[in-house]
Amino acid sequence: MNRPAFRTPAHDDVDGSRSPTEADLVAGLASLRSPAPANIARDALVRVGLADVWAELPSPLGTIGVAWNGRGISWIDRADDPAAFHDRFAERVGRPLHRAAGLPQRLARAIEARLAGEGRVRIPLDLRGHTPFEVAVWLKALEIPRGEVRPYGWVAAEIGRPRAVRAVGTALAHNPVPLVVPCHRVVRSDGSIGQYSLGGPDAKRTVLATEGLDTDALESTARSGLRYLGSAGTRVVCLPTCHHARRITTAQRRPFRSLASAIQAGYRPCRSCRPGSGASLAA
Amino acid sequence: MGHLVLLVRPTGEIEVLAAAGFAGQTATDLARTVFWRLMDADHALAARLAADLDRAFPQLVEEHVARLYAIAHRYLGIPSDAEEVAQDALVRAYDALAGYDSNRIRALRLRPWLAAITINLARNRRRRIADRQPPVHLDPLAAAGWEPRAAGGSLPQAVVERREGRRELAAALLGLSPALREAVVLRHVDGLSVAETAAALGRPEGTIKAQVHRGLANLREQLSTEAQVRPDAGKEMTA
Repeated sequence: MNRPAFRTPAHDDVDGSRSPTEADLVAGLASLRSPAPANIARDALVRVGLADVWAELPSPLGTIGVAWNGRGISWIDRADDPAAFHDRFAERVGRPLHRAAGLPQRLARAIEARLAGEGRVRIPLDLRGHTPFEVAVWLKALEIPRGEVRPYGWVAAEIGRPRAVRAVGTALAHNPVPLVVPCHRVVRSDGSIGQYSLGGPDAKRTVLATEGLDTDALESTARSGLRYLGSAGTRVVCLPTCHHARRITTAQRRPFRSLASAIQAGYRPCRSCRPGSGASLAA
Repeated sequence: MGHLVLLVRPTGEIEVLAAAGFAGQTATDLARTVFWRLMDADHALAARLAADLDRAFPQLVEEHVARLYAIAHRYLGIPSDAEEVAQDALVRAYDALAGYDSNRIRALRLRPWLAAITINLARNRRRRIADRQPPVHLDPLAAAGWEPRAAGGSLPQAVVERREGRRELAAALLGLSPALREAVVLRHVDGLSVAETAAALGRPEGTIKAQVHRGLANLREQLSTEAQVRPDAGKEMTA
């Protein structure tokens, strides 16, 4: 087999023997320190959650950007303008952000399923750096079923901070992962839509409408002062968008202005939508 | 004439590590200074990791990623597997550091510790590679006219020879038994001391010295033109 030997010109000896010296070998071995491909460092930092990558995803609100790292989804925002997406991420999260060609298939499928209303999809979220109060508010919002809404006061009462209604509103406005954490399902106690971080009340109406909620009906019911809906058949009283309330037939429908009047009339609060949470503030 | 040793970071930062020949310093003084400055750098990094892991970890990645990749690359011979091993090693290191208290982090000797993590992962990977594919012999490929890509057409002869030499050496390294290859890669490709290599591999220093010696002898044998048979050499493809 006539293969070239490892050689350095200085050691092609006169006697024709071409065996490398130990010094040759040591120098040769040191020269094998190959430079590392650039993606290794980047990908390692993303995996441990010290950097993020993002990609675009179609949504009911147009193109949104989804950023994630090894710990989960870290940021969702409108991405009609990628530069603006970068700027807002830098301002709010501050970690290095890289553009990816697309979302990992599992993540894309999970988000799609979640937006389509499958409650059981697990989506890892990276909520580091936020207060326990904010996280409690977001986790509570995750419990609100698709197609339903709850008042800010309800969230406040449910997390054991009934007086922190305004702080709940602020926390929802700071939701880093809108759509996935459905802050759009929390509305004002008077039934009006309220603010939304992904583009104001109109965007919020659009998202709620794609989830099957009749926002016009919601707002007109609220304007008329009706806050609760009872069933004359079951004697159970619900929040108007509760899936139990929506099954009540027209003949059995009993609207109430306050929970107190419903209870006085012999109605029991629904265990599913828990209309008693935040009721005194909502009345 | 004097000598300066400069540390050029991947970020483009340049730091003067040591100077010799200016104030009567000898080359030995220079080497000693460089050694201690590097030790200090590692020590300082460990202290920063102990104080704030998330803030300091990117620096660990920046300073060590190339050597961890080189260790995995020269041990496995397959760049794509080496990339994954180096990345996994960094993630393992982060997870381990996140679970250590700050005293333990401060006491870490990062260079051998990271090398140990990398070698462990590379060993597991080597077993999986062996399961995944039959060994590829380079000789039949060469006989069939397949030329490794580095032997580019119009490069200067010296560059071609140097590249061929490196490729030959890398292939010969893969012909060593895993135990000898581990010792030679850590000691001479990565440049750890005998003591650090022993710590990283969990073997006595005497064993490391003997294994490095036998490894170099074996390499020399494989690379000598008189060698008619190259037992086991080039079992895996290199680039």
